[in-house]
Amino acid sequence: MLTEQSYPNIGERIWHGTLPNGLAVRVIVKPGYRRSFALFATNYGGADRVFTVDGAEHRTPAGVAHYLEHKLFDMPDGGNALNTLAQNGAQPNAFTSSAMTAYYFESTDGFEENLKSLLTFVSTPYFTAESVAKEQGIIGQEIRMTEDTPGFVVYVNLMRSLYRTGPLRDSVAGTIESIAEITAQTLYDCHAAFYRPSNMALAVVGDVDPQRVAELAERLLPHESGSAPTRSYDITAGEAPAAPRTEVKMAVSAPQFLFGTRLALSEPGPARLRDRLTGELALRYLMGKSSPLYAALYTEGLVRHDFSYELDQAAGECVLLIGGESRDPDAVMARVLQQAAADAEGFDAARFDRVRKSLYGAYLRGLEDFDGLAVEQAEGVFNGCEPLQAFTVLGEITEAECRAFLQQHLRADAMALSIVSPA
Amino acid sequence: MDYRREEILQGVFLTCIHTEKFKTGTLSVSLLTQLTRETAAANAVIPYVLRRGTVTMPDLEAIAARLDGLYGARIEPCVRKKGEIQCIGFRASFPEDAYVPEASGVLAQTASAMGELLLAPVTRGGLLLPQYVDSEREKHIERIRGRINEKRSYSVLRLCELMCPYEDYAVPAGGFEAEAENIHYHRLTQQWHELLAVSPVELFYCGGMPFEQVREALIGTLDALPRGELNFDIGTDVRMNTVEDAPRYFTESLDVTQGKLAMGYRLGEAMQEPDPAALRVFNAAFGGSVTSRLFMNVREKLSICYFASSTLDYAKGVLLVSSGIDFDKYDLARERIGSELAALARGELTDDELGAARAAVAGDLRAMEDDAAQLDEYWLSRNLEGSECSPAELAALAESVTREQIADIAAQCALDAVYFLRGRDEQDAD
Repeated sequence: MLTEQSYPNIGERIWHGTLPNGLAVRVIVKPGYRRSFALFATNYGGADRVFTVDGAEHRTPAGVAHYLEHKLFDMPDGGNALNTLAQNGAQPNAFTSSAMTAYYFESTDGFEENLKSLLTFVSTPYFTAESVAKEQGIIGQEIRMTEDTPGFVVYVNLMRSLYRTGPLRDSVAGTIESIAEITAQTLYDCHAAFYRPSNMALAVVGDVDPQRVAELAERLLPHESGSAPTRSYDITAGEAPAAPRTEVKMAVSAPQFLFGTRLALSEPGPARLRDRLTGELALRYLMGKSSPLYAALYTEGLVRHDFSYELDQAAGECVLLIGGESRDPDAVMARVLQQAAADAEGFDAARFDRVRKSLYGAYLRGLEDFDGLAVEQAEGVFNGCEPLQAFTVLGEITEAECRAFLQQHLRADAMALSIVSPA
Repeated sequence: MDYRREEILQGVFLTCIHTEKFKTGTLSVSLLTQLTRETAAANAVIPYVLRRGTVTMPDLEAIAARLDGLYGARIEPCVRKKGEIQCIGFRASFPEDAYVPEASGVLAQTASAMGELLLAPVTRGGLLLPQYVDSEREKHIERIRGRINEKRSYSVLRLCELMCPYEDYAVPAGGFEAEAENIHYHRLTQQWHELLAVSPVELFYCGGMPFEQVREALIGTLDALPRGELNFDIGTDVRMNTVEDAPRYFTESLDVTQGKLAMGYRLGEAMQEPDPAALRVFNAAFGGSVTSRLFMNVREKLSICYFASSTLDYAKGVLLVSSGIDFDKYDLARERIGSELAALARGELTDDELGAARAAVAGDLRAMEDDAAQLDEYWLSRNLEGSECSPAELAALAESVTREQIADIAAQCALDAVYFLRGRDEQDAD
């Protein structure tokens, strides 16, 4: 059912394939490891609020994907899948991002039984008016907690600055008001639309039998593939930020900042992996921990160890986020843009070579991180690329590509800055 | 997974876990010293200052260039608190030779860079550079002030501080701001010399190299360690009873929308001859796992808290509960958390709950063998206790912990202090 692909350069083997019902399966076999990790993910996140499926259009309030994640653990027999898995020694959990909802467990014993539980509960929606109402208190608390978290506030404010319209302006969990609109029927509709095998991926990492994983998935999951929902995001590509600078006050010790910009995504396929790696390589060269820019900003006391960047994908676009803590966030942003313009003119070849090596080492380190590997595999399925190719592709990316990335994306007119400063 | 431990230089102990399953090797060095209010902040800043520049790598860029050339090997400052012992040093990770094109001897080169960071910083007139010390002091003060940004961990730190006014345990791993303000390059140089001379040193390696090669690489790099009269007289004072007869209550206000409740217990007689497996299973049953009483009853069934969990410090013998609640749930949450503990003390634990708690502890311990950073933490703690019990052995012991053992531990727990972080209200504004 699955095909083996070997990567001798990094000592990894992966089995991949698509089941007759459309489910993509990826299994990375890790001999000698005690723990196994399984992740069952749907290509459905907080941003997927307006969609058409089987001819009907649905408009849903903010927070449904996350709410659904909370409630899916309830089973028709009154049990809770989280408990079932935990009773069996697994460590289960789930997360919802803007682009994905994923359910997973890690276990050292009883992998097969735990995998069965995972596949069964995720494909068994069971919601009642009472249970949905009760969850409002718990999620309300979660929303309130995020409102006290500076890192979260600074992020939401940046997204609101970058997007004039569309779902990324709202937090994945929604608001106290938006979740009040969610009913059992909303959850059933969204489950039916997005939790069909052809919209999902199963990724497993561990010392397991890959064919057995595929067999179990085929046996326990629905056999119908279903048509893919089409999504609408109400986002205008390429528009300027709604607000170039936002600042709010909170109980923090020093200003926390995040600035960023929107990037277009290429069509699903290997190009997406190459684009991402190009971005990561260019950004590491520009402002990674080994860059002269970081050394200068750190020495001048403008940034701390927590200065970092990431590329985050959602709603058919990508967002570049750069953040940390600083007494002068405006100066940090100005220096980054200034250096990007200078680097875009030309790289130091020896340093570029070292930066490439260090990114290779960082990816190698990632091979030990089962959770990260499985999430990456699911993202790979949804983006039409194979993340383990990164080690090869990384060697092919040119300086010119990286310079073009900096020139194209690190531009003042497309950048927004969000700050949370001490009250 | 082979374990071996040896004193490779005077007072320098190497713990080696040999395994070929990782593609990234791990190496750490820790200088051990007593955690005290007076010295903690300065000790904690030392690795950060040392990480700024060495004789052959005089600044951040030079260090970064060396490490990038080693396929992104990392060497980062590492400051830990184990009971009342402060562990100061570096933690390194680096690719195994087999998985990088055209590389060899990455371990030896990383070990060498780490030794240089520890022993050969760039100095002027024998003193650490004032500009590096000043800059890192400011960053350290910012880190200390930044503790308030994460309200959950902040509330637990405040609880420890208020709960243990007469114990060094009150001091966080990085110390306090007042002492950090006094960091000065002269005195810091002295303190660095002192640490090198008297501290026992723990080295940890996990990876595919044979023990002899690791030992050789480390002896080569740490040979110049100036050893004086070693201070092995360090340890954790376990207080058996509460500070006062009745629990003490502390409330503070900040601009927050959700309250944080933290409760601290002393384990009392359970620390007389502590049973590590039973303590772990007790904590998993009470609040340390997703099948625990706090998670299932207080959070899930009653929806009183968004989160409620417990951690147990096995060295110090304190149980810390942390939860997030609406302000008006303060009395209710406190009462429910207390009654879950009382229920455990009465032996009210179903077979399912007991089984899940055992399985959670055993599973965690066994999974640890797949995670070098966790093994580093685990073995540092065991080395400080003088125990050679492996995670697998402890996992097997956890599987036979009984309901009675858990009840005995729960019955010994005495509430010592309660900390509540709430929002500001009208009264505060007056």
